[in-house]
Amino acid sequence: MSTTKSNYSRPLDFKNGCVEMSHGSGGRASTQLIESLFSPAFDNEFLRQGNDGVTLPAPPAGCRLVMSTDAHVVSPLFFPGGDIGCLSVHGTINDVAMMGAQPLWLSASFILEEGFPMADLQRVVVSMAQAAKEAGVPVVCGDTKVVERGKGDGVYISTTGVGYVAAGVALSGDRARVGDVILLSGTIGDHGMAIMSQREGLQFEADIRSDTAALHELVAAMLATGADIHVLRDPTRGGLATTLNEIVRQSAVGMVLDEAAIPLSKTVAAACEFLGLDPLYVANEGKLVAICAAADAEKVLAAMRAHPLGKEASVIGKVIEDASCFVQMKTSLGGRRMVDWLTGDQLPRIC
Amino acid sequence: MKYVDEFRDGALAANIVSSITHEVKPEHTYRLMEFCGGHTHALARYGVLGMLPANVQMIHGPGCPVCVLPIGRIDFAIRLALEHDVILCSYGDCLRVPASDGMSLLKAKARGADVRMVYSALDAFQAAVKNPQRQVVFFAIGFETTTPPTASIIKQARAAGLKNFSVLCNHVLTLPAMEAILTKPDGVPLDGLVGPAHVSTVIGSEPYQLIAKRYHKPVVIAGFEPLDMLQAILMLVRQVNEGRAEVDNEFTRAVTPQGNRKAQALVDEVFEVRDSFEWLPVSGLKIRPEFIDFDAEARYPDLIYRSVPDNKACECGAILRGEKRPQECKIFGTVCTPENPVGSCMVSAEGACAAHYTYGRFREAA
Repeated sequence: MSTTKSNYSRPLDFKNGCVEMSHGSGGRASTQLIESLFSPAFDNEFLRQGNDGVTLPAPPAGCRLVMSTDAHVVSPLFFPGGDIGCLSVHGTINDVAMMGAQPLWLSASFILEEGFPMADLQRVVVSMAQAAKEAGVPVVCGDTKVVERGKGDGVYISTTGVGYVAAGVALSGDRARVGDVILLSGTIGDHGMAIMSQREGLQFEADIRSDTAALHELVAAMLATGADIHVLRDPTRGGLATTLNEIVRQSAVGMVLDEAAIPLSKTVAAACEFLGLDPLYVANEGKLVAICAAADAEKVLAAMRAHPLGKEASVIGKVIEDASCFVQMKTSLGGRRMVDWLTGDQLPRIC
Repeated sequence: MKYVDEFRDGALAANIVSSITHEVKPEHTYRLMEFCGGHTHALARYGVLGMLPANVQMIHGPGCPVCVLPIGRIDFAIRLALEHDVILCSYGDCLRVPASDGMSLLKAKARGADVRMVYSALDAFQAAVKNPQRQVVFFAIGFETTTPPTASIIKQARAAGLKNFSVLCNHVLTLPAMEAILTKPDGVPLDGLVGPAHVSTVIGSEPYQLIAKRYHKPVVIAGFEPLDMLQAILMLVRQVNEGRAEVDNEFTRAVTPQGNRKAQALVDEVFEVRDSFEWLPVSGLKIRPEFIDFDAEARYPDLIYRSVPDNKACECGAILRGEKRPQECKIFGTVCTPENPVGSCMVSAEGACAAHYTYGRFREAA
């Protein structure tokens, strides 16, 4: 941050002020916004370089770089259990972590709508900075643009993450093998239903909180067991069903799930029942699916359950041979059905 | 979950399946039609179909409100939304129904029409209250379950003196649809019917006596939970075995012989039977002249209703009458999928094609 005396006569009004077009024009107002809000919140040695780009240390020999990007357009911006700020940090950290990598740095790009309250922006940025700090993954560069009123929805945040993956770790959606076991780190549908409970016209009183969380430490604990893990993926948009369908297609296999083994909280189950939604298709922001060799399943499960974010981990099914690449499920009733791709949009704008 | 889990219990299901398996006569094929799309969906979603003996065949009926919606009605709604600049409110499933020229309400929305998904008729009413400068049209669909709320909202709109609210009525009737299937000369042979759940809470179990007596078919009214379905199938098997054709009520926790009299009176007050509704005579309802101010068809007289033939390759008609199974349609799962539905049976979760595509098509691949 600059140490020279500020030459703005008026400080930013974080109580009653709002975003103006000038905050994105690159002039003094832009700089003031950066220096009064973004820089202090995200402060770290890389950001302090203060250049158009950031220089970062090269990975250790033998490691590979992993990079992932994610845009966040959630509505409402604040929801039980989180907000668009922490979500944008967790989402990208998780995408990097699902490659078996240690996430190291994030970039953040904000698209702000003219008229967006400064107080809300501050709340989002503080939440984002705190999430980055807790995860130990600093935001090292960023950008801000402002669009005219009516052309955005308050704030959109796009984040990119970079990490290293150690030699010998090779996770990929195409590595599920017949006989592998499918594990899930906890209950499904919490994030999507937390958002749904806040939607205009649908507000219902239920104690459902988004599960938004950074999963890289859970992943590190799982990898540290030395188990033969083939695939990791976080079932976000489209829910567990969509993620599993992506994997069977990539790996050219089939799956059989056991409905009774899939963790689901009573409140989420009830809310889904009430709204006619299938929790298998409802988004999660702090859960992961792991596919590993059957011989190592117990080892991985124990490591997951030993971590706070995997306490309710469960073996939910296995990988089978199937030329049609179908995900099937043994229902709790005793029947069998398919778990297909999500059709259309069950819930709009969830992440 | 109380009052839900009890009706999805695996151990109880196994018991009923065991009774069905023991009681069916091996030489007889039991062709049972579940009238309701809600039942079709439950059979597929809980995997009930695979639990039944091979000689108990479930034939999917026409009781899916979206599936029986003539294309011309959707065209009508699209023109209202695009050309008359109304706020068009509808239940979610209607938005994706394919209309003429590759359109749907959802595609009209993408082209600038103000199409809103609502969860109830009341939401549409409230949209009208909140937007006094705009005309709001509620695209009302459904069998007897959703008709009373539409009637109620029309009365509320009149009481409130709303000048910017009208209803495009597409409500249909269960019994004429059932009779049409049973009287069709080359129709599907049936041994019994699983009667509707929610519809019957409104109309009661008595009206089905007509089906039992005139057509000599057993009817068992069932709830929408999988154990309700299994129990109803067992009750139908017993009636068939004993040569009975009676109305039985499995769904006694919600359905009475007389139904909901108050709802029936409300519907009678606001609606009357339509002379024709595309695919069946006297099967639809229209708004009575006393409530003409709230009838979208009267408010927009320049919109002439045009009947549109179904896609030639689409077998929705035969599937709705139970004469064909979804997988017997040439375009099922190839040209026609839930993402790009050709016929309406592929749209709603209650549609036979969508249910089979989403939950059951692994059976053919096996």
